[in-house]
Amino acid sequence: MITLESFLLVSALLFALGLAAVLTRRNAIMILIGIELMLSAANLNFVAFWRFGANPEALTGVLFVLFSIAVAAAEAAVGLALIIMIYRHYRSINPLKFNVLNG
Amino acid sequence: MITDAAFIAFAVLGIVTLGATLGAVAMRDPVHCGLALALAFCGVGGFYILLGAEFLGFIQLLVYVGAVAVLIMFVILLTRRPDSGQDTNSRGFWSALAGSGVALGVFAVLAVAISRSPSIQTATPADPEASIAAIGRMLVSSHLLPLKMIGVLLTVALIGGVLGAMQEGGKLER
Repeated sequence: MITLESFLLVSALLFALGLAAVLTRRNAIMILIGIELMLSAANLNFVAFWRFGANPEALTGVLFVLFSIAVAAAEAAVGLALIIMIYRHYRSINPLKFNVLNG
Repeated sequence: MITDAAFIAFAVLGIVTLGATLGAVAMRDPVHCGLALALAFCGVGGFYILLGAEFLGFIQLLVYVGAVAVLIMFVILLTRRPDSGQDTNSRGFWSALAGSGVALGVFAVLAVAISRSPSIQTATPADPEASIAAIGRMLVSSHLLPLKMIGVLLTVALIGGVLGAMQEGGKLER
């Protein structure tokens, strides 16, 4: 059977790739994609710990991921609406150009 | 040979998910990135099913692949400009290198922590039961307040999305 460690390693790799997207891309949508990937990695960790944990009858991991998916859906909707608003205003989604509030 | 089948499924899912994720992170055209992201979400849903949480796997497919990835594709296409060159999609070479280095360092720290953690047991427990009936019963009994809060949150996000889609004068944009 597959061990918990292998699932955690896949999840860590998923998280690192999402972080790389957030840090290296110059496009607000790509940053949002990176955030979603990191969130997926965290959800995968929850389910893996639930599967290999001590008390799986309590369904804590499953329920937490269920709520997490709902929050992520709301976050994506609001984030994409913000990107649309910013695009309408600046005609660009390059986050380096959103510098009006710079001191 | 259940074990072999599970291992093959894990290997295939891992290759597909991580390959699609790498594509979503590294490809130049945002449209390709969005499509690869949908595939990566499918792979994560497959992991859920492999872990015994079938309900979550299908929810993942419905919400992430069916809604979030499609929404991201819509926004990618709506914010596409014909005059924006490909070079604006990623930063310069050195900052990309620095970002990748930070991400690699985070992965190295996580991998060391995972491999050295004493609390990770090697024995696999029996398959836990995560039936939809049990999840539903817990949602309306012990997790009733979070469920209602999620309802409120989704309503607020819906209103916020509609307000965001409106013009500044308050009219819906044509």
